[in-house]
Amino acid sequence: MKSSADVVIIGGGISGLSTAYNLARLGCRDVVLLEKDSLYSGSTGRCAAAFRQTFGLEINCLLAKKSYEILVNLIELLDYHRDIELRQGGYLWLLRTDKEVELYRKNVQLQNSLGIESRLITVKEALKIVPHLNPEGIKACTFHQKDGHVNPFHVSQAYAEAARRLGVEINTFIKVTDIKVENSRISEVITNKGKVATHTVLNAAGPFAKDIGRMVGVELPLKPERHQILATEPVEPLVEPMIICTDFYCTQEPHGSFLMGYGAPSEPEGTEVSSTWKFLEEIAKRVCKILPILANIRVVRQWAGSYTMTPDAAPIYGPVPQVEGFYLAVGFSGHGFMLGCITGVLMAECILGKETTLPLDKFNVGRYERGELLKEPAVA
Amino acid sequence: MNNYEENTIVCRCEDITLKEIRGLITQGFETLDEVKRICRCGMGPCQGRTCQQIVMGEIAKATGKDIKDVKVSTFRPPVESIKLGILAEAAGGEDEK
Repeated sequence: MKSSADVVIIGGGISGLSTAYNLARLGCRDVVLLEKDSLYSGSTGRCAAAFRQTFGLEINCLLAKKSYEILVNLIELLDYHRDIELRQGGYLWLLRTDKEVELYRKNVQLQNSLGIESRLITVKEALKIVPHLNPEGIKACTFHQKDGHVNPFHVSQAYAEAARRLGVEINTFIKVTDIKVENSRISEVITNKGKVATHTVLNAAGPFAKDIGRMVGVELPLKPERHQILATEPVEPLVEPMIICTDFYCTQEPHGSFLMGYGAPSEPEGTEVSSTWKFLEEIAKRVCKILPILANIRVVRQWAGSYTMTPDAAPIYGPVPQVEGFYLAVGFSGHGFMLGCITGVLMAECILGKETTLPLDKFNVGRYERGELLKEPAVA
Repeated sequence: MNNYEENTIVCRCEDITLKEIRGLITQGFETLDEVKRICRCGMGPCQGRTCQQIVMGEIAKATGKDIKDVKVSTFRPPVESIKLGILAEAAGGEDEK
């Protein structure tokens, strides 16, 4: 491990890896990335492998749209030699109350005004997209064909390999234990395997970002919480889009396995990611009701990951006022992977003092103290 | 030798050969989790019950470690695959609070 660097990135998930690549692309190649486990072993590698542009706030739609535009050209951009399994089967939101229909009607209007071609559709139209859908209790749906699935391991690996080729040092199984601050400025990152002198640190530690913040005396408004998920055996193609509603999501990977999960409202704050039997029964019940054909498919594996929630379910990007050289790309509230491509661009631009592709001031951590919350309504 | 590597299936669920596994270890995927994530080895219906030991042996050989020092993957329930319909039935009618 290098003993000094221009920038130290903490976290080897999509946000850290994508920022590492973009820093190097913009000419800052003296970058050290530190990951306490193997790469993409945290929230990135545990996610449902989905991406969408269909958010309910203009700023989040724009963020997701920019990320999407990078993602669809990623193989060429990063010169990756494996398949990233990109598939645009769409997102189908099931709306079951008049209130939901009204909210999503507004979301669709907003999305359309930003060039995102989502549609509010009837149940009959939804049945054409997913013939196996049980329409009982569904009032309407929204559909956006360009949303879909992509393999988080390969997207992250593509960034890691491209960053390494440009000279970034990526270290795994190295844990940050402390960060030294002198005169309100970052001076050194201390790990279990040595020290790195630096004046710039990016906190991209996902559910552990709160602990990293505390190392420099900054209390971040983050609440990591467990979300469970399962995978089934691979079967023939049955369902094209990601099906999502207030109480679960369910998607079939190109490989044939179904992934499904939900966030339990009773989850306490914490980074614990164990699995429960209760989840298996509950998700099976909810999904089989909407997609009865799945009843005969076998669950082969369950696991869990963390959503790192913020008070307004939107990410925090940018510097902190208290400590010079301490930057945040945290609190993605379940959308860190799908926003990963744009996160790296924005954070690299921000750290290097360049004009950012999208204005970052609204995502600054100071918004909570100022009471300027973003309040994303389209979260599941 | 090449023929033998190409013809030996390490992961039967995902159809992965010994040659692919050795190639990945050479490229730096030196833990079971890393190999698993990049090629799906052990993610199929048998959940690594066939391939895990073989991959661990290959990692040990390539890195000069003792096999007992190669970290196993986290065990993921359920122990045996089970139909969603059976689980749904077991859940009954009550919703989680």
